[in-house]
Amino acid sequence: MSKALRTLMYKELLRFWKVGFQTVGAPVLTALLYLLVFSHVLDRQVEVYGGVGYTAFLVPGLIMMSLLQNAFSNSSSSLIQSKVTGNLVFVLLTPISYREFFAAYVLAAVIRGLLVGAGVWAVTLWFVDLPYAHPLWILVFASLGGAIMASLGVIAGIWADKFDQLAAFQNFVVMPLTFLSGVFYSIHSLPEFWQRVSHVNPFFYMIDGFRYGFFGQSDVSPWISALVAGGSFVALALVTLNMLARGYKLRS
Amino acid sequence: MSDSSPALLIEGVCKRYASLQALDHVSFEVRQGEFFGLLGPNGAGKTTLISTMAGLTRPDDGRIRVMGHDVVSDYRAARRNLGVVPQELVFDPFFTVRETLRIQSGYFGMGRNDAWIDEILHHLDLGAKADVNMRALSGGMKRRVLVAQALVHRPPVIVLDEPTAGVDVELRQNLWAFVRRLNEQGHTIVLTTHYLEEAESLCGRIAMLKQGRVLALETTSDLLSRRFQLTLLLRLRGGVALPQAFHAVAKASADGRVAIALDGADDVAACLAQLHAAGVGLDDVELRRPDLEDVFIAMMQEAA
Repeated sequence: MSKALRTLMYKELLRFWKVGFQTVGAPVLTALLYLLVFSHVLDRQVEVYGGVGYTAFLVPGLIMMSLLQNAFSNSSSSLIQSKVTGNLVFVLLTPISYREFFAAYVLAAVIRGLLVGAGVWAVTLWFVDLPYAHPLWILVFASLGGAIMASLGVIAGIWADKFDQLAAFQNFVVMPLTFLSGVFYSIHSLPEFWQRVSHVNPFFYMIDGFRYGFFGQSDVSPWISALVAGGSFVALALVTLNMLARGYKLRS
Repeated sequence: MSDSSPALLIEGVCKRYASLQALDHVSFEVRQGEFFGLLGPNGAGKTTLISTMAGLTRPDDGRIRVMGHDVVSDYRAARRNLGVVPQELVFDPFFTVRETLRIQSGYFGMGRNDAWIDEILHHLDLGAKADVNMRALSGGMKRRVLVAQALVHRPPVIVLDEPTAGVDVELRQNLWAFVRRLNEQGHTIVLTTHYLEEAESLCGRIAMLKQGRVLALETTSDLLSRRFQLTLLLRLRGGVALPQAFHAVAKASADGRVAIALDGADDVAACLAQLHAAGVGLDDVELRRPDLEDVFIAMMQEAA
């Protein structure tokens, strides 16, 4: 890893760490509120998998949802802020290659996602004892999910010229895909039509695979989920690298 | 390769934005160690040219080399050799001055660079602000940090795009003293400014741009002496009329004085003797050399 790449990644990490209350603390609190409300209302009424209570089912979904949203936020908000304020020029004037640029933004965003995910996991330990059936799958899906959303964040950050365009991307693309991915329910509890729709949502595979790591049970095979998530990352990474190599909206 | 190469070699660079031809076959070179001025009115293409040197803009045609390195095909080496102070007052609000400079060093692959960072901070009078967040600095201070960021990787070629816009007189003088020292140490300086007296006193050679084309490329002294005359400014006593012989070369100036164009310094004595012989009394006499502003305005009017 080159010094330039490490520095850009360090800058991105330092940027969110300096406002950690907002970038790590706030999403952990939000996830905790979801847990308190939904588990209170539904825990005794819903059993999603055999022998798995609703609160236990919900926690991996909340961890993954927070991880995905924050990985996206990190790269997208950093880029749009740097573009709008003009300080992205300090990176663009340097010998940093587009591949290093991509790697630094994605790695930093994955680390923030993992940190927030770990925070949500830590606070939910008070409420539920989770099994850890396949820890390696947990790590694989957490990292892949973070990388997918970080890449999507880079695309959105480069594409958006204004904060409201980025907010639209977040509200009309990221949020619906996250909420309709099975964070709060198993897709087997949906009508058949919506089950089919869920199967074209890549977020569903990330969350389902992640949940498999805890319970050893999932709606689809973790290998299929890994294939979809891995393929999604490769596709998004290629799109992002192409945009960066062409200097799309960065170099005129 | 870079030892004998020009600091900047610009060959036939063209750039078009929709219907605007921002750069139209711009060619010139800047030798190593020069203090070079790039002048022109707003929209002349100065910032586009600097952006193209820095890799922020890609030329439609032509090429630019920095210390022998092509800014497109060999961009890493070209950017290591170039420090750019951007025109806009931009900063990252998350970091302190020292963090900003350490991060900028790291982008250029430099590890422990604190000794040089301290030296830059000292010369730019920023030592006391090293651990202050960028947001808390005044506009002038932020401008100094921009200069520091451009110097942090010790580039041999430094481009200053209007570095003194909105800067107070004291800082301006400190900044120029520091930049002059860098030039004396061998750094090549390329300067754009709207303060023409700055360009006149600092730059050894000047390129004038208008509508994306190079109008003039000469040493500052050649530019000043090429076709412009001395001017004798006189305040006539008691509203006496000028003798007929002066009517062709004299005109009234805005402050009520009479301006007489002379071909050279030798004409001063003859002119004053002629006025004395005609009985014209004088309350005030001033001899004015042409300055870069005269040249600039005349050239821009000619090119219009």
